[in-house]
Amino acid sequence: MKEKVAIVGAGFTSLRPVSPEASFRELIFEAAVRAYEDAGLTPQDVDSFVSIGEDYQDGTCIMDEYTPDQLGAVQRPVHTISGDGVAGLGVAWMLIQTGQFRVVVLEGHSKASNVRHPAHVEAMALDPSFARVHGWHPSFVAGLEMRRYLHETGTTEEQVARVAVKNKYNALKNPIAAYPARLSAEQVLGSRPVAEPLRELEMAPTADGAFVFVLAAGSELERCQGRPVFVDSVAWISDTCNLPTRDWSRAVYTEKAAAQAYQLARIREPQSAFSFAEIDDTFAYKELQHLEALGLAERGAAGRRVEEGFFDADGPLPVNVSGGALGCGHLFEANPLRGLLEAVLQLRGQAGPRQVPRARRGLICSWRSVPTATGGVAVLSRRK
Amino acid sequence: MDVKLRGTALREDDFRSGKVLAAEWRGKIDYRWDAGVAIGQFLNALKEGRLLGRKCHGCGRTTIPPRMFCEKCFRRSDEWVVLKDTGRVNTFSVSFVNWDASRRTTPQVPAVIEIDGASPGMGILHLIGDVGTTLEEVLAKVRVGLPVQAVWKPPEQRQGEITDILHFRPL
Amino acid sequence: MQKVAVLGAGMTRFVRRSLETGRELCWEAASAALEDAGLTLEDIDCVVLTSAPDAFDGVHMKTEYLLDGAGAKGKPMVRPYVGGGSGVMAANAGWYHVASGRFRTCLVVAEERMSPTQPHPQGAFNAIYDQFTERPLGVNLLWIFSLEMMRYMQVYDIPLETIAKVAVKNKRNALGHPASQLGAELTVEEVLKSEVMAYPVMRLMVSPVTDGAVALVLANEKFARRKGRKHVWVEGVGWALDTSYWTNRDLCYPEYVEKAALAAYKMAGITNPREEIHVAEPYDPFAYKELHHLEGLQLADKGQAPRLLEQGFWDRDTTTGIPASPSGGLLGVGNPIAAAALMKVAEIYWQLSGKAGERQVRRNVKRGLAQAWGDLMQVGTVIILGV
Repeated sequence: MKEKVAIVGAGFTSLRPVSPEASFRELIFEAAVRAYEDAGLTPQDVDSFVSIGEDYQDGTCIMDEYTPDQLGAVQRPVHTISGDGVAGLGVAWMLIQTGQFRVVVLEGHSKASNVRHPAHVEAMALDPSFARVHGWHPSFVAGLEMRRYLHETGTTEEQVARVAVKNKYNALKNPIAAYPARLSAEQVLGSRPVAEPLRELEMAPTADGAFVFVLAAGSELERCQGRPVFVDSVAWISDTCNLPTRDWSRAVYTEKAAAQAYQLARIREPQSAFSFAEIDDTFAYKELQHLEALGLAERGAAGRRVEEGFFDADGPLPVNVSGGALGCGHLFEANPLRGLLEAVLQLRGQAGPRQVPRARRGLICSWRSVPTATGGVAVLSRRK
Repeated sequence: MDVKLRGTALREDDFRSGKVLAAEWRGKIDYRWDAGVAIGQFLNALKEGRLLGRKCHGCGRTTIPPRMFCEKCFRRSDEWVVLKDTGRVNTFSVSFVNWDASRRTTPQVPAVIEIDGASPGMGILHLIGDVGTTLEEVLAKVRVGLPVQAVWKPPEQRQGEITDILHFRPL
Repeated sequence: MQKVAVLGAGMTRFVRRSLETGRELCWEAASAALEDAGLTLEDIDCVVLTSAPDAFDGVHMKTEYLLDGAGAKGKPMVRPYVGGGSGVMAANAGWYHVASGRFRTCLVVAEERMSPTQPHPQGAFNAIYDQFTERPLGVNLLWIFSLEMMRYMQVYDIPLETIAKVAVKNKRNALGHPASQLGAELTVEEVLKSEVMAYPVMRLMVSPVTDGAVALVLANEKFARRKGRKHVWVEGVGWALDTSYWTNRDLCYPEYVEKAALAAYKMAGITNPREEIHVAEPYDPFAYKELHHLEGLQLADKGQAPRLLEQGFWDRDTTTGIPASPSGGLLGVGNPIAAAALMKVAEIYWQLSGKAGERQVRRNVKRGLAQAWGDLMQVGTVIILGV
């Protein structure tokens, strides 16, 4: 009999373009203290700890070394996953399902501001023999994909710009967001081209911050304080990042992850299943591409629906009511943890001015950014 | 294991002689890390010629390098403590190899040095100097338990870095 | 909790510089493991793909780049990355993928390609140290090992000659390993006379920079029983990570290995490891480390592993002791960081299946363990297999 898995504690710091006053250790400690307090637990109550991250995003070889202290996890079972927040959530979920670990902590953070030449780090992820040799700014990958996506779906550049407008506007109501703004589509379309048709205001700027979540098995809920939010399913898929052989218009990894996540959560009609969705928008066009891959819009129709306000904060299906990465900041692997936090707050009814009425089930969709074709999908719901 | 093993060994020469094709890349992989509260203070104090520790009232440990939270008690640490700049060698080594695996003619002597004023066992990594230029000389002068003293750069040369201490020498 | 079996294993040759790219190395190991298990990629539900520092292959987010070779295209793939401990952690992660019931089968692949780093792979390790308090000193990977070795020798009064014997034992054991390029008959004198790297570490006590890959296939009980043969099961897993403040710890004893081992023993129902573990593959990147780890694993009292070595207790052909590193270990086979530890797991699998050929231990073995270490003397990862 499968054990239920719930998030019983959520801790975070605010997200800021720079955070010179605190080291990464200090940021994570702050988030961890909040998470334990929220859960009514201490590190001694935790059976296993999972951290997500990538060496080059922190500037340390084997970042795993610097994970245990600020979580209270010294000499405990801690391991690091080089993957995003959904993969980390999946690992935490699996650990609990083995029956050997009843309470598991998940941590992710960003100190993106400390990377002096982010484009070089990003370029380092390109195939060294065939892709990196050109010396192009790695955003070219997103530019190519956006061009093909627009071409195949008939989505317009204005519709893409509206995603940026929507998300940055939503961020105005999120106290932890780094880049809230009231923009017009014209401003977005008039912003500097980076890798045409991709423009600067359609790219999420980076931010710093930390998240810690405490998860528990259903049988442990009585001793936890935080209002549980159930993780109904988690799926993650890696597709090839090989440029010449990939699908340039569809997010196939999201289609596959969604299929697994929906099947496990017994969702047959995704279009009516969710109260809200936090969907990767590292680049504005990605939100549209992901919406279609998730089956939340027909193929080619996502752009039109955004234009119609369907995915606005007060629309039928609010997407990125947190502000998304465009409004909150690009946090590298921790992006989906921002979405996860939003999901927890919404499902507990703690989202204040952003609260989606009668929120009962939410969706998270992630992507590991250029040049990957890897991402995940998670379904969360509140206690029935 | 019955399966045939594959994997082709190359030699360094195969690259230089052009026998195999290779691509090279050098990127600007630089960082500017936020020191934060604890290390920020620590580095400032180094500029002033002092070693700082941090005390936790929960477990009573005075730690160096200092940290704003005690990783044992999982609570905020409580007070700054000015430590001495002397200590004892907990362990040491005599290295004839550089970071890039090239040979050195004179050794470096890295050591973990337990700093006086901090709790027992609280060591920092640093170098021992003025102890000779051959393995034999160093082994005659350095041992586990040796009392040592920091040798500082002159104040005007200090940058607020761990290298404001040039090395430690035997007391 | 689902029972998890090891259905097959495969590996590449371990060489100093491979012609094969990282993807190709993954493919060679993964396809060999599938062939050994009698399966195809269609049977595989998920992949655990590990590799240690991205700096070696010179590709950021390197498993994204490698995954095609590891059969992970279009599949769920997770990369656990705990430094040198990654190879055993990958097997442990494969275990939780299947034991959770989420997946029926898992392909575990560990790859390392160190040769691309210029001027020398050793340099990539400088960034493991703290950027504020340590890196500016001109640090070197060797330091942390030589400092620990010195401490271990001092506290327990261990002669250099005894430590040299680990290198002799493992390089001799490796003569029987088809993937090895380093098997040799050495004498203690040759080891002690080899050039001083960072005293007390001498060249022949250090495992070399290597390229290579290893893979395992894991499956749940229902799936495994379809295959009909006698299986090797995962009986226990454990892992633990110590504080990053390594200079605040006494390095003479690896507490993190003890914690990981105790967790694995508990899961396996083992109360007397010295009786119940019949063969061991402790992580041996440096000669002294094998002894250090055997003590952490509770297979010898603190400071006693060297004495037992002198008595032949850890020899491969012992019938009264516990053979340690019958594969030849990292010292004898090579050290492609993440792949090396998975090689040790594979060795236990081969020993328990009676497939270790020339390296088959003499005593009867029903249970064995593999252990890896990583980070700044911090990570212990342990897996126990049994028949």
